[in-house]
Amino acid sequence: MFGVRPFVARSGVLSVLGAVLALAVLAPAAPGQDPPNAADLEAELVCPVCETTLDQSDAPVAQRMKLFIRERIAAGDSEEEIKDALVADFGDGVIASPPGGGFGLLAWLVPLGAVVAGGIAVAVFVRSWSRRSPTPQPADAVDPELERRVDEELARLES
Amino acid sequence: MARRAKLVAQGVAVGLVALLFILLVWALATDEGGDLANQANRGDLPAAPEFVLERLDREGELDSSSLAGKAVVVNFWASWCLPCKEEAPFLERIWRENRDRGLVVVGYDAKDLRSDARRFAKRFGLTFPLVFDGAGDSLDAWGVTGFPETFVVDREGRVVQAFLGDVNADETRDELRSAIERALQA
Repeated sequence: MFGVRPFVARSGVLSVLGAVLALAVLAPAAPGQDPPNAADLEAELVCPVCETTLDQSDAPVAQRMKLFIRERIAAGDSEEEIKDALVADFGDGVIASPPGGGFGLLAWLVPLGAVVAGGIAVAVFVRSWSRRSPTPQPADAVDPELERRVDEELARLES
Repeated sequence: MARRAKLVAQGVAVGLVALLFILLVWALATDEGGDLANQANRGDLPAAPEFVLERLDREGELDSSSLAGKAVVVNFWASWCLPCKEEAPFLERIWRENRDRGLVVVGYDAKDLRSDARRFAKRFGLTFPLVFDGAGDSLDAWGVTGFPETFVVDREGRVVQAFLGDVNADETRDELRSAIERALQA
């Protein structure tokens, strides 16, 4: 039947994708989850003095924070609990990535918005430059008398 | 139309640059980073910044307005700061010797873990008020760029002298005592 095969193929793919997405969102965390990784946390947290990530800092406060992370991991804290504890002491700025909600959302949206706006601006400018390019005009008709004389001159030169 | 668009774009660009320049001038004119200490040590008697901060030594907050009429030694420190450990006993002594004369020593802990700061205070037997600013958001108002730094504030809330670095050397101790006398007499 006309149009059935593409429809069936698309709906099949969409169904599979939907099932995968649902499993990813709804599946509970597996019991006995691995403890947080100290190196990963150090890359996600910022030294409040030197303002680089902890894994790039040897400042005394950074060393103390790294030790704190390891102490908390040994005590069984989750990654979120460790981050929350450090935010409670040092503020939101200790997290390398801004929070996803509230005012922190601006830190994600503004750069994205700037990129999109820049892309649109470039597209508009390029398009306007293309429009301004002069279209070639048809050549004016050559005067027949002039053409005849040019042909005569060329013939004389060639002979 | 194209020429007009070009002129508009140029105008916007010039406007943005002008705005950035104005912002730069404004930032430089209003920046007090390090300037409070310079002003104080020149004898300009700048006003000490106000603050309301969480107490580290007990529940609640300390509002700087509650210190009105007292001379105050504001000492900026952190538990991970080595010179801070060296000067801590001397500051405790200053507090005990002068509290009955109207002096308050305030320990201003910043960029630190609360638990570490409390352990530090316990280790050195600090009994003067301690406030906490983990993120260090209020440091800019004082122009503090490192630890330790100490500001002596007179009874009228003016900074009479600032000490960048520890106050443990003999000569610096004498200067601090002299500044405290001036602050108490104001």
